[in-house]
Amino acid sequence: MNTTNDKNDSAGIRISRRNLLAGAAAATVVLVQTAQGKAFQAALTQAENMSDDPTKVPGVPPGTLGTRSAFEKPVKAPSDTSSRTPLQDLYGTITPSDLHYERHHGGVPAIDPAKYELVIHGMVDKPMVFTLADLKRFPSVSRTAFLECSGNYRGSNDGKLRPQEICGLVSQSEWTGVKLSTIFREVGVSPKASWFLAEGGDAAVMTRSVPVKKGFDDAIIAYAQNGEAVRPEQGYPARLFLPGWEGNASVKWLRRIELSDAPFMTREETSKYTETVAGGKIRQFSFTMDARSVITYPSYPAKVEAGWIEIRGIAWSGRGKIARVEVSTDAGKSWKTAALQEPILDKAITAFRHLWQWDGNPTEIMSRAVDETGYVQPFLKQLLAARGGNMGYHFNPITAWYVQKDGQVLFKAT
Amino acid sequence: MRENTIRYSIWSVLAMLLLVAAVKRENHFGRTNKTLGDTLDWPKSFGFGKKASAKQIAAWDIDISPDGKGLPAGEGNVSRGREIYALKCAACHGATGTEGPNDRLVAAPDSAGKSSGARRIKSIGNYWPYATTVFDYIRRAMPFNQPGSLTDQEVYSITAFLLNANGLWDDKNTLNAKNLPKVKMPAQDKFVPDDRIDGPEIK
Repeated sequence: MNTTNDKNDSAGIRISRRNLLAGAAAATVVLVQTAQGKAFQAALTQAENMSDDPTKVPGVPPGTLGTRSAFEKPVKAPSDTSSRTPLQDLYGTITPSDLHYERHHGGVPAIDPAKYELVIHGMVDKPMVFTLADLKRFPSVSRTAFLECSGNYRGSNDGKLRPQEICGLVSQSEWTGVKLSTIFREVGVSPKASWFLAEGGDAAVMTRSVPVKKGFDDAIIAYAQNGEAVRPEQGYPARLFLPGWEGNASVKWLRRIELSDAPFMTREETSKYTETVAGGKIRQFSFTMDARSVITYPSYPAKVEAGWIEIRGIAWSGRGKIARVEVSTDAGKSWKTAALQEPILDKAITAFRHLWQWDGNPTEIMSRAVDETGYVQPFLKQLLAARGGNMGYHFNPITAWYVQKDGQVLFKAT
Repeated sequence: MRENTIRYSIWSVLAMLLLVAAVKRENHFGRTNKTLGDTLDWPKSFGFGKKASAKQIAAWDIDISPDGKGLPAGEGNVSRGREIYALKCAACHGATGTEGPNDRLVAAPDSAGKSSGARRIKSIGNYWPYATTVFDYIRRAMPFNQPGSLTDQEVYSITAFLLNANGLWDDKNTLNAKNLPKVKMPAQDKFVPDDRIDGPEIK
């Protein structure tokens, strides 16, 4: 009853010492002498503790941080400006925080949470400054939702693209923070304010204009992600999070919000996150992410065998819930409704599954998402037709996979 | 020992009851402090945070609107801009703003319809709808390796140089807060707000 953790620890050391003295075991625990001559145990990693028979070697003791199995090595795919989530290596719908995609415009800043401040001003009754501690005192909210870069499409002719390359700029987390509407209420946003500027504290001092309506609707100032503080790459210590909207508008490292009655026409929302559409027009403030899905298994670089295959994938829509995902295993000639994994959340990645018995003949498999508003994910050629032949942002075509006779799966443009 | 604990507990309970009674009595006489209550109703204000000072706002309020609001005092000219550009911008954007390797800044206005692969060539002259954005962006984020290091005068000069290179500014005129918002950008008329709506239409 009175046993303390300290005593447990010292007992652990005694056992370890015996083992070491007897030379009995590959060390899972090594003794380290401090300057004061006090012995303490230092854990070896799982990799260092590898053994042919784990039942014959003591395992690694409890640690301060969990580790990923040495056998599992999912990694993001970085470029100069972004890093893509390895969708083909993941299960379920939550993206491990260290595998959440990255996109930033001036690198990841190092921000001291003790010095962090958020200024909110402009068309408000009370211009205010909030520390991180202030933000955490307000009523909080948690929400699981996807985040996707609007430039999330890549194609190729040789087929050697993984879901990670095609659409790895989408990830999902449980975000926790304070609703922006709570902050708006606190500062007294003017009824005449229609837009707000969100500004980041990174080297790009990234700015986007966002309609005030979204701020009152479901925007969050998030300080936590998947149960811990938001990761630096995701906006530590606090970021804007706009469910269902293009990732760029969810400004990270949020340092300033300015209320106004007009958009600010920042570089990102004029020269960058806009797309040329039919008639040579340039579409602006296209915030909502259209519904999309992708089969993550089987996908390149997987090689499959004939017989039963559970086709697995993810679907999401910025307009609401996923209503249905349809799967075709005959190059789009016929479609079947896939099983959806509960819970099906609003503006969130939903997992789908479809059992398929492959006869070993070459074919194409593909999926298309249908959201609760009736939007049906289009083929590439439909999108191109609707946009006057232009590619660009907000490109969400059906992704097809060509299954060769030898079982090799390759990307195929639709 | 156990007896002592029990006796102590009894006294604790009695003390608590007296305290509760005292609080209730206070409430009864209308001296309730409502902020001490448990409630699902939100107060008018939580009172967290502090008022932002005009000085703090001014230090961070660097955005510039299309109408020129926020533009600082000062002016710049094309020849000075050309010098600064060669020194601080050309390494990433090319000697004339067309070579890269990073974003292309200069293109003739009539090249807006021309494609480079499936993507349009986007430059200040054929794609940026507001000249004020050029100033705003250079001042806040450029040069990439020394963001925010340029003086307002330098930013005016580089902006003048880039507008001139795009055929939108006379190299004899100085650029300032008054005339920058008046520069008519060729692409401005092409911009339309998002017209996608919920439902089956592909747009």
